[in-house]
Parts: sequence; C-alpha cells; structure tokens
Amino acid sequence: MTFATPLLPALLLGIGGMVLLLAGVLTKRDRFTFCSLAAVALLILAAIASAVAPDAVLFNGLLKTSLFTRFADTLVYLGAAMALILSLDYNRRENIARFEYPILVLFAVLGMIVMISANDLMSLYIGFELQSLALYITAAIARDSLRSTEAGLKYFVLGALASGLLIYGISLVYGFAGTTNFTSLASILTGGAGYGTVIGIVFVLVGLAFKISAAPFHMWTPDVYEGAPTPVTALFGTAPKAAAMALFLSVMLGPFGHLVAQWQSIIEILSAISMALGALAAIGQTNIKRLMAYSSIGHMGYALMGLAAGTEAGLQATLVYIAVYVVMSFAAFACIIAMRRQGQAVEKISDLAGLASQRPGLALAFAIIMWAMAGIPPLSGFFGKFYVFAAALNAGLMPLVIIGVISSIIGAFYYLRVIKVMYFDNGTPDFDATPAGVRFVMSVGTIATALFVLLPGPLVVAADAAARALMG
Amino acid sequence: MLVPLSHYLVVAGLLLVIGIFGIFMNRKNIIVILMSIELILLAANLNFVAFSGALHDMVGQVFTMFVLTVAAAESAIGLAILVIYFRNRGSIEVEDVTLMKG
Repeated sequence: MTFATPLLPALLLGIGGMVLLLAGVLTKRDRFTFCSLAAVALLILAAIASAVAPDAVLFNGLLKTSLFTRFADTLVYLGAAMALILSLDYNRRENIARFEYPILVLFAVLGMIVMISANDLMSLYIGFELQSLALYITAAIARDSLRSTEAGLKYFVLGALASGLLIYGISLVYGFAGTTNFTSLASILTGGAGYGTVIGIVFVLVGLAFKISAAPFHMWTPDVYEGAPTPVTALFGTAPKAAAMALFLSVMLGPFGHLVAQWQSIIEILSAISMALGALAAIGQTNIKRLMAYSSIGHMGYALMGLAAGTEAGLQATLVYIAVYVVMSFAAFACIIAMRRQGQAVEKISDLAGLASQRPGLALAFAIIMWAMAGIPPLSGFFGKFYVFAAALNAGLMPLVIIGVISSIIGAFYYLRVIKVMYFDNGTPDFDATPAGVRFVMSVGTIATALFVLLPGPLVVAADAAARALMG
Repeated sequence: MLVPLSHYLVVAGLLLVIGIFGIFMNRKNIIVILMSIELILLAANLNFVAFSGALHDMVGQVFTMFVLTVAAAESAIGLAILVIYFRNRGSIEVEDVTLMKG
C-alpha cells in the first residue's frame, strides 16, 4: 500500500471526522473553532491526497477514480472549505457555534466524494444518502430558529422523496438490466434498452434533478436557501451542487451513455425550464438569499445545456461552468454574510442601499460577482456561458440556445438591480466591519472571477482532460 | 404455487403511488409524510427482493439491507428535525409549515 492510495482522501475525512467528534464530546470546552479549523485542514489534506492519487478501481468495481472524479472532488473540497471559513465568525455571532457543524460538513463531503467516484448503483446510493442525511441536519442547525428548522424540515421531506424516487429507479434498472455495476450496465445497454430500464432511468434522473435543483424539481431550493443560516446556504450553493452535477454527468454519460436518444430530450426540457424559471421567478424577489436560490436554479439550467449536447465538448463546457459557478457562488455568499448592520445580519436587497459610499471595496466585490453571474464579459461567468452555448450550438440545439440567451438577458436585469441599489440608492451608513475570514473568501472568489480572462488555460485544459477521462 | 414477478412489481408500484400521494395529498400531519417516505423505500425494497429472486442474483438482497439501514437513519433524522420544529412552532400540521413562500 503506497502513500498515494486513492482511498486516502475518504479515509482522512471519515476517520478525521470521527476523531474530531470524540474530541468534541470528551472535552468540556467549546470546540467549535478548533473543529472548524481542523476540518478545513482535513479538507486541504484530502484535496492534496486526491490530486496526487492515481486512477484506480476499488472494492470490486464499486468505486472508480479518474481525472474526472479528481476534478469534481477538487471543486467539492474548495466549496466546503470556503463555506466552513465563512461559518467561523457567523455561527459564533448567531449563537449556533456547535462543534458538530464542521463534522457534519466533513461527513457530507465524504458522501459527496463517494458518490462522485461511484461505479456502481449501490455505492452511488450510499454516497448520495450520506451527504443528504448530513445536509438535512446542517439546514436545521439553528435549532432555536423557526426559519432554520422549517428549512430543515422542507429539505428533509423533499430530499427523502427524491432519494425514494432514485432508489425506486435503481431497483427497476437493476431488475430489467440485471446488474448494478456501471461498466456492465454500459455494455448491456449498448444495443438499446427495454421499457422497464428506461422508466428506471427516468426515476433516477428525477432523483438527481431534485439534488441539483433543476426545475421543475426545484421547489425546495428557495425556502431552504432563505431559511438555512447563511454559511449553510453557502455550502448548499457550492459543494453539493458540484457533486450532484458530477454524479449526474457520470451516470448519464457512463452507464446510460448509449441511451442518449432516450434521455437527451428530458435534459433539454429540464435545462430550458430551469433557465427560464431562474430568470423570471427571481425578478420579484426582495430577499437576497432567495434571489441566489433562483439564480442557482438558472445556473443549473445553463450547466445542463452542456450535458444536453451529449458530446465531449458539452461535458467539458459543463465542467468549466460548474467550476466557475462554485467560485462565483462562495464569493457571492461571502458578500451576503458581510451584510451586517448594527450587529444584525440583514438579507433584504433594499438593505444594500448606501453600501458603495460606506464600503466601496465590498460593493465593488459584490458588483463584480453580480456582473459575472449575469454573464457579462470579460468576467468568468461569461466564459462559462460561452462554452455551453458553443457546445449546444455545435450539437444542433438551436432552440435551447435561444432560450438560454433570452434568459440571460432577463437574468441580467435582476443582477444589475442589486448593483443599482448598492451604488445609487441612499441608505444609512451603519454597516459593520467584516471579519478576516469572510474578507479572505470574498477576495479569493472575486479575484478569481475577475481575472479568469487572463489565465483561463489551466481550468479549460483540466476540464478537457476530465471530460476525456469520463467519455473515454 | 409460484407468484409471478409481475405481481410483485404491481404491488411495489402501488406502494410507490400511495407513498407519493401520501406526501402531496396529506394536509394533516407531518408524521404521515414520514410514513409515506417509508412506503416508497419499501416499494423499492420489494422490487429488489423480487428481482433478486427472479434473476437468481444476490445483489438485490444485499441492496435491500443497505436500503433498510438508510431508511432507519432517515427516519431518525426526520423525527429529530420534526421534534425541533415542533418546539419552535408548537404544531406539526402540514398547513402550518408556511413561514417562507413564493
């Protein structure tokens, strides 16, 4: 057994999480900060271990690591670590500084990397459930807050329904195809599939669409984003989205890759409805977290467009889009967490009034992120959209591209409205100072978003290599 | 007497439909929703066991064990969230879960 064993990241997270749990339970002192920093350190170690690990097939084909899984793993570690840094100060101020929180995040990340590397429907399901169960609890972590517990309850009920549909679909696929292993499924389904298998695949697709919150399976997203404490929302907006999208890609293009004709139109519809709904429903929102929820639904629509193309270029485009989205997303939530007036966290868009005159740096960062999310060049969001549109055009999906362009124009309206409120509306200058951790996350995300145009090479090359590893 | 596979599939399909309707049609009580979720998982389990028998393949039965375990964990977490929700709201009626809308 060499040091660079492909299992090391998962072992680090699992064993590290349990050791931290013991440390938190057995000592009387408050261990929140210690556990959070240790969890961030574990995530960094796991990211390094995963980056140097070789390709491998583990546990009789249950798990399989490749360049694709390492690409997605990196995004998950990045999103989770940033969300944990954001929670350091916020959780303390809001009186939810419980040491269980970072540990739950570690277990959720463990579930995510298991489901990303899954090469069998069984490991897929276990990973999926491990991350879901841990995330239900984090949504309700502010247990004295009605909004947080309601968010947790809604997330639980709809998430459990989604995993129920997923497992029902898996049972049908198992029964009609006769195996649960991705490699065997891919070879069995080469010559097409019967009705039973196709119905199973549709159920699996619905379960996964719930997780990435693609419309029309998005109902939980706005409520959960609004109700959960903001650092938890930041987590929901980054790591699980990247993991679920990677799983979506690897399931659709791996075992069911030969059935493109059967699922392509479903993905197109999901993508079109998500883009349109993300753009239209966000217009009337007054709460910035709810706005971000609709924005994330829209972004998932654009990301699905690459999958709808069903080509290697489309897959690469989706991966670039998700990477860009994760960075924009944690930066945006860092800005939202920085919105505090007189010791109170504020969430209304109108509360941003007067930000530019008192805190020009924060307002500029927020404005850059909003521009990027609207897809205005030369920021990173533009390139993400450009790649998916180009891939969809090359695959001949003209109607989808037209819907996408119209939605991004409508979407630009509400992103620019946020900028307008910050720069041109008058408000009382009583914003609080921003803690160092939040400033760090905000700067990293904003600089990466703003300067992506100077150095897009590494990400595009990595996404290309990851896409080739999956499509093989 | 041998029960054909299709009978199991129909029963599982009915359980799934009852479970989904139980979640969406129910206006009374969140506990009923938890029970409906269990029904959906049981429908999948019944499928797995029936297919496992029909295919003479053990994978389905192993899968059932995993699903049972996950179902237990899921109910535990669901009930825990329900308890803290009840403490804050003082009610577990579905119609009262309406703080956030739109």
